[in-house]
Amino acid sequence: MNSLFVQDLSVSYQRKPVLWNINLKVPTGKLVGILGPNGAGKSTLIKAIMGLIPIQSGQILILEKPLSQVRQQISYVPQRESVDWDFPASVFDVVLMGRYGKLGLLQRPRTSDKEIALDAIRLVGLENYKDRQISQLSGGQQQRVFLARALAQKADIYFMDEPFAGVDIATEQAIIAILRRMRDDGKTIFVVHHDLQTAPNYFDWLILLNMHLVASGATHSTFTSKNLEETYGSKLTILSKIGELRDKSEFPARES
Amino acid sequence: MVNAFWIIIAGSLVAASCALPGCFLLLRRQSLVGDAISHAILPGIAIAYLFFGRNPWVIWISATCFGLFSTILMDWIHYKTKLQADTAIGVVFTFFFAIGIILVSFFAGNVDIDQECVLYGEIAYIPLENKWLGVPVSIWRQLILLVFIIAAISIFYKQFLITTFDEEFAKLSGFQTTVWHYALMGIVSLATVVSFEAVGAILVISFLVVPAAIAFLLAHRLISMLIISVIVSIIISFAGYWLAIAFNASIAGAMAVVSGISFIVIWMYEKIKKIN
Repeated sequence: MNSLFVQDLSVSYQRKPVLWNINLKVPTGKLVGILGPNGAGKSTLIKAIMGLIPIQSGQILILEKPLSQVRQQISYVPQRESVDWDFPASVFDVVLMGRYGKLGLLQRPRTSDKEIALDAIRLVGLENYKDRQISQLSGGQQQRVFLARALAQKADIYFMDEPFAGVDIATEQAIIAILRRMRDDGKTIFVVHHDLQTAPNYFDWLILLNMHLVASGATHSTFTSKNLEETYGSKLTILSKIGELRDKSEFPARES
Repeated sequence: MVNAFWIIIAGSLVAASCALPGCFLLLRRQSLVGDAISHAILPGIAIAYLFFGRNPWVIWISATCFGLFSTILMDWIHYKTKLQADTAIGVVFTFFFAIGIILVSFFAGNVDIDQECVLYGEIAYIPLENKWLGVPVSIWRQLILLVFIIAAISIFYKQFLITTFDEEFAKLSGFQTTVWHYALMGIVSLATVVSFEAVGAILVISFLVVPAAIAFLLAHRLISMLIISVIVSIIISFAGYWLAIAFNASIAGAMAVVSGISFIVIWMYEKIKKIN
């Protein structure tokens, strides 16, 4: 079964194309890295898949169904800066929000929801901090809170936007260990990532992106120098072409 | 003494009704929207006075509709023109308030509201009102409003919490973030309408923002922030009333001054606590 199927996806911001004609197929049970330079549309891709931003064209299926039918099976870890960490809430309060989507309009969190939240807090190693206000946590601990909130959702597909940004190496190792365990339980995890060095070690599937799709497939077949050059090198190529043109004086220098 | 009692009760009810939604506005960084709403309801009040006379229920509904309509207009302008949100707020609320002022001044002879009461309220006259079961009628209304606001916030606590903390996550969890945004704006409109009568358009802002700001400095969880903001409101009403009596000054004005001073004191206290 495909965890994700994307056909002809295009996304624009104020008429400027950000993603162009993306076609993707990813099987379930994979730890997937989404790689590309800044501005390549990595966050845009996962937000478009989750329906958080409007798409221009294309079709998206998750677990072979449209988003509206699988909302409860999807979990999201946004970028850490996307919320105000001075918010008056404890670690437990935030993790419990992972259960809110499962409750009815008037329903309050049940005992079972609180237990699931506590389990998730234990899993990320924050049990000693569960009553602490989130403003008093380090960056790595805040990232773990977000991870715990996602775990509490008990989803099948996880989308994580730069979960390793600004965290210490110990936290990064702890998080990747948790993600591997989730993958071994049959979950599919999509991770927006920017560190090329760790990528082949962390992920077993890669999506290489630079506005268009460069490659998508098992890490050993996609992590090639040709693909990486195409993903990261295009900007350099354009710059060098401009340089060449200017050398031939086809581009007059502005000052002259 | 009885007069003092009713004025303090009215002040506390009004301040608490504003402080609760004010907490959510502050956390959403939308305190100024409350400011805007408190002005934009004026044409609603004036029109209701013109056509239905001094019927408070009609005024509530009409003014709340204007409050909600103004927020929808602000969001729409912000979205359509790509102007900053604060610019859109400035355009809309001054326009609405000005229409309200024109209506009030134009029909001043026919209706018993004037610019004075629009700006400063008439909390001092509450003890002179008609009473029902021995309690002035506007205090009954303020009590009903506070009970309604407390009920709405406690019943839909999880919706207001999750959409305020992390809108995208809430949307993905299946919450209708737009519905809850306008539900909150509706509550703010209602709170301002009722408070407007007592303390006027300008001092409503003080009640919307300051108790919430003080509670934010002291609280570690949302529920404690809400409770602290209510307690602070009551203290401000007490202290404000006695300050006004001592200096023979405007009651609503004194309450706002006490709010500002309390904020500075609490802020200093928190600073000193951190240093030690």
